[in-house]
Amino acid sequence: MNPIRIGCGAGYSGDRIEPAVELATHGALDYLVFECLAERTIAIAQLARLRDPDAGYDPLLAERMDAVLPACRARGVRIVSNMGAANPRAAAAIVRERARRLGLDGLNVAAVTGDDVLDQLARGDFVVAETGRPVSDMAAVIVSANAYVGAAPVVEALAAGADVVVTGRVGDSSLFLAPALYEFGWRTDDWEKLAGGTLVGHLLECGGQITGGYFADPGCKDVPHLARLGFPIAQVSNDATAIITKVEGSGGMVSLATCKEQLLYEVEDPGRYLTPDVTADFREVRLSDAGPDRVRVTGARGTERPPSLKVAIGYRDGFIGEGQISYAGETALARAELARDIVAERFSIIGLEAESVRYDLIGVDALHGKTPGRAGAPPYEVRLRVAARTASMREAIRVGNEVETLYTNGPSGGGGVAKSAREVLAVATTFIPRELVTYSVEYEVA
Amino acid sequence: MKLRQLAHARTGDKGNAVNISVIAYDAGRYAHLERHVTAERVKQHFAGIAHGDVTRYTLRELGALNFMIHDALAGGVTRSLALDAHGKGLSSWMLEMEIPDD
Repeated sequence: MNPIRIGCGAGYSGDRIEPAVELATHGALDYLVFECLAERTIAIAQLARLRDPDAGYDPLLAERMDAVLPACRARGVRIVSNMGAANPRAAAAIVRERARRLGLDGLNVAAVTGDDVLDQLARGDFVVAETGRPVSDMAAVIVSANAYVGAAPVVEALAAGADVVVTGRVGDSSLFLAPALYEFGWRTDDWEKLAGGTLVGHLLECGGQITGGYFADPGCKDVPHLARLGFPIAQVSNDATAIITKVEGSGGMVSLATCKEQLLYEVEDPGRYLTPDVTADFREVRLSDAGPDRVRVTGARGTERPPSLKVAIGYRDGFIGEGQISYAGETALARAELARDIVAERFSIIGLEAESVRYDLIGVDALHGKTPGRAGAPPYEVRLRVAARTASMREAIRVGNEVETLYTNGPSGGGGVAKSAREVLAVATTFIPRELVTYSVEYEVA
Repeated sequence: MKLRQLAHARTGDKGNAVNISVIAYDAGRYAHLERHVTAERVKQHFAGIAHGDVTRYTLRELGALNFMIHDALAGGVTRSLALDAHGKGLSSWMLEMEIPDD
């Protein structure tokens, strides 16, 4: 059987849209996958759904569909995406509505549900992995709980003829593994093949991060034309090896070095990369040059998938207030330090109720503290940043306000104040036996 | 010399931990990296930030090392008050490490 070509049209929710259009139009693709869910994204989407039962999917869904559906339809490119977030059914309805508006009647859209396991967690004894405490202790603050479902429901949807498959929380790599599983008919316990397809997904799931994005360092790692960065394509063969490439003439580059960086990105033990589909082993993976902007990937190995599915629990975790102000000139540092001391004293005078407060001098010590061996001329400009965790929005707002009052009450020449206050949605982890998670796939034609 | 002369690096976050890959530009210098960029050396380099264990994984086929640095993100991306809550910039700091020339 011929290889299949899978493109990645987004590596996160807010990603650029034109590279996906370029892929759909010029990528000679069979599948276009959009990976748009970071850990917290579903919790944020779930809050939106609580306010409006028809909301809770990716904010760029309609714009993305308008941009790529015509080219995908014309070329028979099928779309897989987790842009359903907390509401795959509503997202599927949006996809159908956009298709009809574009005159693309007959589009078969599938919605995958079942990743929402809030009810299952409430009925059982589950433990928070980070703390060892019962999940039930968090009942009052939990917003969402979603299991990382594997490739199976997407394979089912593709087999049933779906042109577009919209899911909630499906494992990132599973979204890319599914088309290969379906096309090549691999057994779901063929661990070597599943590991190969999972590696392809892992390499593609962050979009431009394998085609030269997040890589450039002028002088030692130059990357051409990042403003026109091309997103990746994997040409996957029946033996679960692949060639990583991109659209000819697009910006960026695919090299051994870009592929190596992405291969290890967010990986803990390369010998045990756990997904809902397989336990993959990347230690013997071999990358080789297969021509300009083409890298061959072979050698992934695999063993049985884990018995449990990972669950991301979104919960309300207080508030963060922040304020920033800048100082310039030879004495910038001294005035920023004075400003910092004033704010600290003000917090004590006004009785700010904060769990913790952090002061940074941006340009001096904000990222890694005062790193050794870095003494030199004082910086021409310094930006004070004050951030605090609080139990209420009211207290969080006071943080930025105190920084703002430095305009008229603080050191000379302070400018460019920015302030913010937000609720924190945090994520905790638990594990659920896979037999407790049942998915379903619903189809409707536009 | 600085590690950046021999290697490039990328950081990823995992809860309250980060992984940092260190990848030889020239696979022929991998052995040099493996000898000098040890878990102990990395823990020492990040003293003040790396509060937990540092684990090293070796990938000879890729000519790369992968470090897992635990308890390094002030509680994790969602709780941290840090400007760079993900610790994305830690790869740049890693490459500032001084290692012997040969």
